[in-house]
Amino acid sequence: MGLDFSIIPKYMDIILLGVGWTVGITVAAALLSFVGGIIFAVIALYAPWLIRQPFRLIEWVFMGTPLLLQLFLIYFGLVQIGIDLPAFVAGIIGLGLHFAVYNSELIQTAILAVDKGQMEAARTLGLGRGQALRKVVIPQAVRAVIPPIGNNMIALLKDSALVSVIGVSELTLSAQRVIGKTYRPFEFYILAAAFYYVINLCMEWVQRKIERRISISR
Amino acid sequence: MTEQTHFVEIRHAQKSFGALEVLKDISLNVERGQIVGIIGSSGSGKSTLLRAINDLDPLTGGEIWLDGVQVNKTLPHRQYEKHINEMRQNVGMVFQHFNLFPHMTARENVTMAPKLLKGLSQADVDKLAEEQLDKVGMLERIDYYPSQLSGGQKQRVAIARALAMKPKLMLFDEATSALDPELVEEVNLVMKKLAEEHMTMIIVTHEMDFAASVCDRVLFMDKGVVVEEGPPSVLFKNPTQDRTREFLRKHIEGAS
Ligand SMILES: Nc1ncnc2c1ncn2[C@@H]1O[C@H](COP(=O)(O)OP(=O)(O)OP(=O)(O)O)[C@@H](O)[C@H]1O
Ligand SMILES: [Mg+2]
Repeated sequence: MGLDFSIIPKYMDIILLGVGWTVGITVAAALLSFVGGIIFAVIALYAPWLIRQPFRLIEWVFMGTPLLLQLFLIYFGLVQIGIDLPAFVAGIIGLGLHFAVYNSELIQTAILAVDKGQMEAARTLGLGRGQALRKVVIPQAVRAVIPPIGNNMIALLKDSALVSVIGVSELTLSAQRVIGKTYRPFEFYILAAAFYYVINLCMEWVQRKIERRISISR
Repeated sequence: MTEQTHFVEIRHAQKSFGALEVLKDISLNVERGQIVGIIGSSGSGKSTLLRAINDLDPLTGGEIWLDGVQVNKTLPHRQYEKHINEMRQNVGMVFQHFNLFPHMTARENVTMAPKLLKGLSQADVDKLAEEQLDKVGMLERIDYYPSQLSGGQKQRVAIARALAMKPKLMLFDEATSALDPELVEEVNLVMKKLAEEHMTMIIVTHEMDFAASVCDRVLFMDKGVVVEEGPPSVLFKNPTQDRTREFLRKHIEGAS
């Protein structure tokens, strides 16, 4: 059978719902990975030894094992200890923490690269170490690290397809479901790809906006 | 120990970095409104002494007193942090490389700390920024970022930032030595203005002319000790120590 794209409009609502889920999960997980990345970085660099240890374990789990396994663990595993999360929440947490660990690596390097005169100048004015980090050091580190974090967020978008395995009807799974009914894999996978591409473009646009707003040459 | 009788009192300051002894039993008093210059060759410990006063480089021995309070007193960690943060609000510091916050405008550089630490209202904060930047002649550049300013302008903003905390004492660590020669004067003028307002200042400098013109007293440091001190008219014209004479000969010839 030949290609027939005219079938698409009939199933567009299912696909668009999938787009909605993909965008929602990606944005929520991106925010979590950003805030979590800063928190992990600060803990890794400044927390006392005892507090650092559980976070090193989290870091190891999220960096050293497949994301798929992490999603299974959060969605199916946690139920056993009484934490029954909706699938999309489990997906957001899994993706968010996974990428928080990667963002944390970037942010740590950037924090250490901020000139130590900055911390000194802030301390001389009477700021405590935490205040100096919050007002002076971290904002500069985060600015320096926006482009590579942007790359991580694109990877996050692509990996968001993995949450389909715990049953979230995001874009990839929606396409699959439509294909199950129509037996038109080519058309709907291409359509899904096109939507990923558009979301990608939007994310790049947002990143450029952010960069332009906050990037300040030293 | 005995009660403090001077505005700034440094008693038997000793500082080592590992095995390297950088300050060797330095004692120094500064009165309110006095301007003290510190000169000496590279590595003699000038910066370390200055940085000990606000505890950026904590002493390994001796005491620092400021206006009746011991800066480096022994306290449990948390209390010490609180104490030192309060002490530092009274001591402005100006660095060789300015250390302005690059992600903040001149206005934000000046107001960030007072806003955070003194809880001023927005109106007070705006007034403060304008007042302090006007004082250093940078009012027109109030909303510029450091990257948009020349070295001299950056240093003037850095001075305004320190002054905005209303310090009782100002420390200058070679405030002009990173500047192009033609930009030195604008910063020196600001410091002279502070001198006229009787700000208490300790100034590490390699500019002998400037030290001679603003300082009430000048100290010559070498290898972690104060070799000689006195009013500039005496120290520069009739030094008693060979080391001082040698240093001055090199520097005054080198400069002119
Ligand atoms: N954090 C540090 N760790 C180890 N050694 C240090 C440290 N800071 C300073 N020193 C050493 O202490 C000595 C005195 O340094 P200091 O910066 O006080 O000299 P200075 O008189 O200010 O010199 P300059 O005119 O070059 O600024 C030098 O030998 C320096 O290498
Ligand atoms: Mg120095």
